[in-house]
Amino acid sequence: MNAKTADKVATVVICLFAGIIVLVLLGLLGFILFRGLSHISWDFLTSAPETIKAGGGIGPQLFNSLFLLVLTMLITIPLGLGAGIYMSQYAKPGKVTNSIRLVVEVLSSFPSIVVGLFGLLVFVNIMGIGFSLFSGALALTVFNLPLMVRITEQAMAGVPREQKEASLALGLSRWKTITSVMLPIAMPAIITGTILAAGRVFGEAAALLFTAGMSSPRLDFTDWNPLSPFSPLNPFRPAETLAVHIWKINSEGLAPDAGEIAAGASAVLVLTVLLFNFGARWFGRFMHRKFTATR
Amino acid sequence: MEQSAVKGQKTNSKSAFMKPHIREEWVGRVYTFVCILVLIATILAIVYFVASKGLSTFITNGVNIGDLLTGLKWDPEGEPAVFGALPFIFGSFSTSLLAALIAAPLGCCAAIFMTQIMPGAGRRFMQPVIELLAGIPSVVYGFVGLSVIVPMLRAIFPGQGIGILAGSLVLAVMILPTITSIATDALAALPGGLKEGSFALGATRWQTIYRIVLPTTLPALLTGVVLGMARAFGEALAVQMVIGNAPHIPRSLFESASTLTSAITLSMGNTISGTAHNNALWSLALILLTMTFIFVFIVRVLERRNHR
Repeated sequence: MNAKTADKVATVVICLFAGIIVLVLLGLLGFILFRGLSHISWDFLTSAPETIKAGGGIGPQLFNSLFLLVLTMLITIPLGLGAGIYMSQYAKPGKVTNSIRLVVEVLSSFPSIVVGLFGLLVFVNIMGIGFSLFSGALALTVFNLPLMVRITEQAMAGVPREQKEASLALGLSRWKTITSVMLPIAMPAIITGTILAAGRVFGEAAALLFTAGMSSPRLDFTDWNPLSPFSPLNPFRPAETLAVHIWKINSEGLAPDAGEIAAGASAVLVLTVLLFNFGARWFGRFMHRKFTATR
Repeated sequence: MEQSAVKGQKTNSKSAFMKPHIREEWVGRVYTFVCILVLIATILAIVYFVASKGLSTFITNGVNIGDLLTGLKWDPEGEPAVFGALPFIFGSFSTSLLAALIAAPLGCCAAIFMTQIMPGAGRRFMQPVIELLAGIPSVVYGFVGLSVIVPMLRAIFPGQGIGILAGSLVLAVMILPTITSIATDALAALPGGLKEGSFALGATRWQTIYRIVLPTTLPALLTGVVLGMARAFGEALAVQMVIGNAPHIPRSLFESASTLTSAITLSMGNTISGTAHNNALWSLALILLTMTFIFVFIVRVLERRNHR
């Protein structure tokens, strides 16, 4: 085989493999949407699940997932922003900073099930919060924090050096420079990254099995007092999220239509994650246009 | 005003500390420092708690470390209880290695396609595909594996369809985005002169790719593969759904098996804290944690070679 034929064969093989990947994604999305979309209805999205009968919905699970996402982000964003700003602005290059960077890297590659076990031991048992949304949010914070730190660090590193130096030269303190000059410039990148991280949190299940729990009390959607045990807003009640629900009905579901429920719930989960993805993309482009005045 | 600023810098006394911009600076410093301390405290707490719980199997329950790592029989509720975790360790290693073997060529080809063959279509078309694959939650992969891959394998091969191969296929799709995006970054960062030099000498594109591009970026490509393996090693639910969860070493790829993560997922909720069974599960978690450190170490070594 001469060099030219080899070149042609290799090109075809590589294009074929790339095509396979695209087909896998299309097949995956097609399968989930095809199986699941027919099962999605307003009733399915709002009614409570049934254990043995057919016709159960995913209402409480969907609400739990969204509420947990909000709680997690309320804890993650301030912590992640602070730590990311420290890493990019205050940390002096050297051994200490390098080891902190290693810590972030290690934390981001911890298996989520180990984070879940840690949550079970520390938040649920030792701190005595019990299986609750709050324990789940803390566990997800551990899981999400390294990502948030990295997003902030990269966004801050993308701010033009001149802007920072001009602000410092005008006599502003470093913190004022960070909050009033650098953060607004870095904000589009931070928000885009945060939306993508939110999609990851929304689909996470392994870290929640032993922290937010695998069951949900009968929620009373007319009771909005956060202290009542049946109120949807109470952060100290156990809560099964959508992703955990999919896992549970696949492994121990007794309802005769468990397969359809799993398909419908998967479709809802995937659609939400897609929404997050496209939202982040659109928002990034929108902000880019706004800040750079390009079309 | 200029004078006072100079004075403030020089004296650095208590009055200087009370100046609003200095106070503001301290607020920022303390706030960010507390955040980073929380981060460090978290990782130390995770390592401490998992290690102390995981080691109590050996200290309190008197199980031999060697027996746990090499024992073939896992019978935690039996009389006497036997804790041999080798089937789980074998399951974890075989699924993640096989997944990496399937995903690495695919991922590298996708990266070559995106950077060398069709950069335009690659950026516009492949990039979103890879990002979407990365965004799909793991339980959904497990669900699709259970309802597509397992029946397919059952129809083609002997056995029930569940097992190592089903787990590896699901994991391969899951780690594909990790490998592809790191490989793409590495290939795109290659200095253009190298490739142009090769073309100028009359080499074809394929000769350039596998004589010049791939050898130069090899450490970075391996970094992607190792990171993908680390993700596959720690993945719990998707694997648990398709692997069958039988606690023994399977004789074929199509026989029910178990991984470290699937064993923890299944039994942790049913055991009481402090019992030997529960502690043994924490030991499995400790093995997972140790492997994470080893993976991170390998990645560090590869990155150092890459920078040289």
